[in-house]
Amino acid sequence: MNYIKYLLVGVLFGFVLTKSEVISWFRIQEMFRFQDFHMYGVIGSAILVGMISIQIIKRFNLKDKEGKPISIPPKDASQKKRYIIGGTLFGFGWALTGACPAPLFALLGSGITVFVIPILAALAGTWVYGAMRESLPH
Amino acid sequence: MFEWLTQPWPWYVAGPIIGLIIPLLLYMGNKQFGVSSSLRHACAACVPGNISFFQYDWKSEGTWNLVLVLGVFIGGFLGGYVFMNPEPIALSAATITDLQKLGLTNFSGFVPSEVFAWSNLGSVQGIIMMVIGGFLVGFGARYAGGCTSGHAISGISNLQLASLIAVIGFFIGGLIVTHLLYPLIF
Repeated sequence: MNYIKYLLVGVLFGFVLTKSEVISWFRIQEMFRFQDFHMYGVIGSAILVGMISIQIIKRFNLKDKEGKPISIPPKDASQKKRYIIGGTLFGFGWALTGACPAPLFALLGSGITVFVIPILAALAGTWVYGAMRESLPH
Repeated sequence: MFEWLTQPWPWYVAGPIIGLIIPLLLYMGNKQFGVSSSLRHACAACVPGNISFFQYDWKSEGTWNLVLVLGVFIGGFLGGYVFMNPEPIALSAATITDLQKLGLTNFSGFVPSEVFAWSNLGSVQGIIMMVIGGFLVGFGARYAGGCTSGHAISGISNLQLASLIAVIGFFIGGLIVTHLLYPLIF
């Protein structure tokens, strides 16, 4: 029952992604062709609000609902290759499907059933990464 | 009164709501906003094999994330099906011209119906865009340690250099596909 709050956050997120058309292949094309501000506005203002929120949390040492200190473990910046190589491969996928992971699920929810294929393929990609992780440069 | 449910939302409404999900999840249970980890949890739950990357307690670490993704699916159903916007997306004229040059004619809905169709799964284009594209979304996100939500939004919000590098990678990849590959496969 503890998980219902996360379900509701997910519903809100999926609804906003859909209403702002972020899940659209067309909008992603517009972004990668630098022909409209919309996608940059969505991502940029999300970052701005997130950044201010995190600064407030850190400055005032805010606690979570259960009174525990909020900790945000940093990403490991000592590894550089994984971010540039993995990031570029992810970018190929983002432009090809027109969707990153959350939009894949929202698109399926919107009734475009063929998106079950990219989702299964993304699961396969995740699995193959796990299987060959040790032989990849990080 | 309820037009806002079916009409598209401007960036300055959508972006800040997405940004507020970061402190909301931190407050609710010290959770870091990110979606692609759900794919790893699903692998760990269903086909862990003998792979160390999938040997962990996915139930305690990942259930919240899998539930979040179920919510995204329901949110997509509500926003894209129940309260569907009947109008085509108001794309920039330059994008429509470019995509028409690639041969696209149908601009209704979220995705080009000529491309993202079951009947296109047998074509080279369909396999590259849906199967290989999906594979790279999963492979690349785990390799880079996050996707758009984990790196571009929560990572940069937390001033992480690693996330900035990953997002530069996202754009290198996206620009190559858009400007070099698409003219070849359309």
